[in-house]
Amino acid sequence: MTTLAVESLEVRHGAVRAVRGLSLEVRPGEIVGLIGPNGAGKSSTLHAIMGAAPVAGGEVRLGGASLVGRRSEDVARSGIALVPEGRRIFGELTVEENLRLGLAARRRGGDAAAAVERAYELFPVIRDFRRRPAGALSGGQQQQLAIARALVAEPDVLLLDEPSLGLAPRIVDVVFDALAAIRERGLGVLLVEQRAQRTVALADRSHVLANGELRLTLGPEDAGDTERLVAAYMA
Amino acid sequence: MTVAILNVSWQTLADALALGGVYALMAVGIGLVFGVLRLVNFAYGQLIMAGAYALAFASQWGWPGWAGILLCFAVVLALSVAMDRLVFRPLRTQSPAVMLVATFAVAFLLQSIALLAFGPLGKIASSLAPLNRPWTISGVDIRKIAIVAIVVAAACLLLLQLLLTRTAVGLQMRAAAMDFGTARLLGVRANRVIGGAVLVSGVLAAVVAVMLTVQNPLVTPDFALRDTIVVLAGVVLGGLNRPVPATLGGFAIGFASGILGGALPTNQSQYLPTFLFAAVILVLLVRPNGLFTRGGGAVERV
Repeated sequence: MTTLAVESLEVRHGAVRAVRGLSLEVRPGEIVGLIGPNGAGKSSTLHAIMGAAPVAGGEVRLGGASLVGRRSEDVARSGIALVPEGRRIFGELTVEENLRLGLAARRRGGDAAAAVERAYELFPVIRDFRRRPAGALSGGQQQQLAIARALVAEPDVLLLDEPSLGLAPRIVDVVFDALAAIRERGLGVLLVEQRAQRTVALADRSHVLANGELRLTLGPEDAGDTERLVAAYMA
Repeated sequence: MTVAILNVSWQTLADALALGGVYALMAVGIGLVFGVLRLVNFAYGQLIMAGAYALAFASQWGWPGWAGILLCFAVVLALSVAMDRLVFRPLRTQSPAVMLVATFAVAFLLQSIALLAFGPLGKIASSLAPLNRPWTISGVDIRKIAIVAIVVAAACLLLLQLLLTRTAVGLQMRAAAMDFGTARLLGVRANRVIGGAVLVSGVLAAVVAVMLTVQNPLVTPDFALRDTIVVLAGVVLGGLNRPVPATLGGFAIGFASGILGGALPTNQSQYLPTFLFAAVILVLLVRPNGLFTRGGGAVERV
């Protein structure tokens, strides 16, 4: 397992500086939260790591090797998996086919069937529906499928873009419990979320982003400190 | 002897099925590349033309039939890959309109090269002519090529279906046709998927070149041009961005033009395209997403 390091990252969309000098690290076996208001630059950070948004400055390294300027598919194949915003499930393909697509990014030969099996263990509900079109699943089931699809590649680092968006509270619990289990497996997790309080409680560190800049870093002990959270958002 | 209900001969019916099969192969060849590149390859007919010239030259040189077919495949595949590397790949990030105009340019370039190099009169590909002789099946004469075309088309479509559903690269091609950006984020290599689609599309073009050359051994620079236009109409008719509807659209328009061609009196056969395109316009007015797509799919405008 290797560490993902973002150093002084700059992302520009035209004249807009979406991310300004952001530095963070995701080590194996830890969850790092990235929270902040809409337009703070959270998704831009993930897209820049994945090579899907142009990096205007700074560095992104995985285990020392730079990822800047590499194509999305090559970043994915180097050991970083993204669970994209809105899940981006292939609705016309079956659940199983969606999972098989995730295998495209596997690096080592290894046992692909075992990786699929481990994903099913984490989310038993998608095993029951594996021959159905993925579009027929509920939003919560699709989110679980999206995470499972990222995991079958056996990445070192998992990036998630607002996985709880639009989910019922009970399903949010399932997703957050799964993230804790994924951390237990030794993966590094970078979690972009709107649910600030739950993220702070779960993550080993949570960075508050506003206007593309890192404003504040919180630990799990700050989860009860609503005032501090609100102040960070307003700053 | 005739099929009573349709009042067409068995030969016409077999020809229509064969033309439907050949057009289905062209349709899926065009549809596969459209799926991954969002590119309507207007130059597809010129790939087939190049394959037909390969067959014509092979028979002029006295090569046996199988050697001519091998040469045809080699020429068409090399040209497909060259087209992808030299034209499609550099333009991949451009708008669909730019890519479409570029394929027009490639089409006319290839046609002009054929005109300059081989002249306007055409060459005869005769080495496969025996396939044009009839088989007699229980008193009914049917040209061998009609049967061969039906069988080959069915076999190709079956193999393609297996490729798309049972192999990793096939699955990746289908996913890329639905949402290329997400597929790449999952580690699907764009060049591999596009290269695969271009290659398969080239194989289909070579198969079509052989079938069409047997039926029409006079190879001219505008060989397969009219067929391509008809098939493009058929592909739009069926639904462009999924393999199965595109295939059905190609088959439908091939079958319809085969039946119409047999039904129209010989002195009125020049009106065939008129009827065909009138039917296409009519269908698209009623079902703008295509005849064989389920409702709700977005219309892809080119």
